[in-house]
Amino acid sequence: MDKLLTLRTSVVSIQLNSVTLKMLGTLLIGTLAIALMSLSAGSQWLNPIEVVKELLLSEPGQHAFVIETLRLPRVVTGFLVGGALAVSGLILQSLVRNPLASPDIIGITSGASAAAVFFLSYLAETVSALWLPFAAILGAALTSLIIYLLAWRQGVTPLRLILIGIGLVAGLGAMTTFMIVLSPIATSMMAYVWLTGSIYGSDWQDVTALLPWLLVLLPLSLMLSRTINVQELGDPVTVGLGVQVQRTRFVLLAISVALAGSAVAYAGAIGFVGLIAPHIARQLVPRSFGSLAPASLLIGGCLVVVADTIGRTAFLPLDVPAGVFVSAVGAPFFIYLLYRQHR
Amino acid sequence: MMSSSVRSFQLLIAIIMLVVAFVASIVLGQTSIPLGTAFDAFTNYDANSIDHIILTTTRLSRALTAMFVGAGLAVAGALMQAMTRNPLASPGIFGVNAGALFAIVLCSTLFSIASLQDYIWIAFAGAGFAGVLVYGLGTIGRDGVTPVKIVLAGAAITALFVSFTQGLLVINQDGLDSILFWLAGSVAGRSLELVRPVLPFLFIALVASLFLGRHINILVSGEDVAKGLGQRTILIRLLMGLLVVGLAGSAVAIAGNIAFVGLIVPHIARALFGTDHRWLLPGCMLLGATLLLLADIAARFLIMPQEVPIGVMTALLGTPFFIYLARQTAVAQS
Repeated sequence: MDKLLTLRTSVVSIQLNSVTLKMLGTLLIGTLAIALMSLSAGSQWLNPIEVVKELLLSEPGQHAFVIETLRLPRVVTGFLVGGALAVSGLILQSLVRNPLASPDIIGITSGASAAAVFFLSYLAETVSALWLPFAAILGAALTSLIIYLLAWRQGVTPLRLILIGIGLVAGLGAMTTFMIVLSPIATSMMAYVWLTGSIYGSDWQDVTALLPWLLVLLPLSLMLSRTINVQELGDPVTVGLGVQVQRTRFVLLAISVALAGSAVAYAGAIGFVGLIAPHIARQLVPRSFGSLAPASLLIGGCLVVVADTIGRTAFLPLDVPAGVFVSAVGAPFFIYLLYRQHR
Repeated sequence: MMSSSVRSFQLLIAIIMLVVAFVASIVLGQTSIPLGTAFDAFTNYDANSIDHIILTTTRLSRALTAMFVGAGLAVAGALMQAMTRNPLASPGIFGVNAGALFAIVLCSTLFSIASLQDYIWIAFAGAGFAGVLVYGLGTIGRDGVTPVKIVLAGAAITALFVSFTQGLLVINQDGLDSILFWLAGSVAGRSLELVRPVLPFLFIALVASLFLGRHINILVSGEDVAKGLGQRTILIRLLMGLLVVGLAGSAVAIAGNIAFVGLIVPHIARALFGTDHRWLLPGCMLLGATLLLLADIAARFLIMPQEVPIGVMTALLGTPFFIYLARQTAVAQS
């Protein structure tokens, strides 16, 4: 019998065994190592030891500007965005009990994108950019509501959800293109880069704006981890165990949408992270939400940071959006999942 | 069963509708041209009349482009739906459009190719690659081709190609403005000289598909039945695949990414003409051409003085339709 670490209060109940703890520790160390590499790499290669020194010492050294103003906020934003998308995908996958669900496949990301492009094209001059995340989240929420309603036919089946999502992705994509075509070229370039999914030019303002969302939403989802675990057993069992299925399902969907929406607001539509990260996490830690959530968070964060690091170093002086690399890995992975599911 | 005289009558009506749409497409627009003047422009051309110049340069080529692209995409969709026996099949959904687009953007970025003749071959290559990839991926697994699997594979491949295309365009920002309208799908601004090299391909592929109608009827009755009747099914499938690539590839090469025409039109045509492909395919041709002409006319008037890209028009029309079909398919599956 494994030693178990139990965290149980009136609101939270999470049980982690020693293997999970070790794995999470390894992931954390890996994340820090990746972050360090990402801080060192760039048009100007810095010695990692110097980077650590720079970060730990209080007075600014010679690389202070490069590290603390240019690279660090970008790495942190990348990590937060990846983590948010990963947890959003994890919740969705548990919710519809289908490994193919993720915010981008079923159209939540497209909804957020369309709303954000609308905001950039028509409202950016009159309204403060601080409202952009709200616009994105609103778009994500509206889209998921529409998908949910359209997929409803005496209950929602995962298959219908995905097919309808694919249809909506095409329609929303057309609307987004439409807005980009009609807006002036400067705006359309901005919107286009953003659509591909890039954390280019992130600054501390982005970090401080994004962080609160995660700090609220992630603990909230952990609080519900008990019911998520039960929901995977199917509706009748869940009801029998005294969970208010429809209400928790709604709350979970809302959390998932808000996570995806806020991530999309700051980094654009980085696809496939919400799909891949939870799957990798499932290979590494036991299938309970309490352990999957932190693992997915770390993995998703690493994915985006790595993709972004490759994007800004591989084709110097070009800065290729991180979304391109994530898709390059994500699409084959999706097909692999498809193959496995139907075998 | 509908008698052939009824069907001939329906086809005749479809032809009349197409002619009306074609004439409307020529005379309507920001400057509307009276019918008489339009007639004059062809019989009695006056180089000093602005109306005549507009007609023979922009309007005519635009109408012809829309007509051929619409017909090509619709027939490509009908062939794909017959080939995979999947109601959701169409070039857009299967990633064929995205593949052709990516190939074009890649080559124009890397090798700065700009002539339409070269675009055609590149688009064929991209369309063929994506089509084979999605079809291949849809067939892996024990249960063979299922509608849902192939749609999902198409979605993933589309996402991949779109992402690569976006990446290329972000790197090469100068190219974006010129290519953007085309990414959204457009039949405007293509002069007749530009389009002319592609039209023979489309025309030959369209005519060739008409000859396949009888064989396709046998094929859709099932692989075993078709083989039992002595059909070389592999050859027929190969021919259909080639036609799909030719039709969709050249449509994308001229007009960019126009979605959902290949999906909607075959369904409408099936409702009108029945499932006999000898009638269905010409029906798709006429309806597809008419639909795109009408969509193009609407695109001119919706937000005057600007224009809605026609790909956006068709996507907005097509999304509800796809969702309706998806609901039906998902019910049939479960």
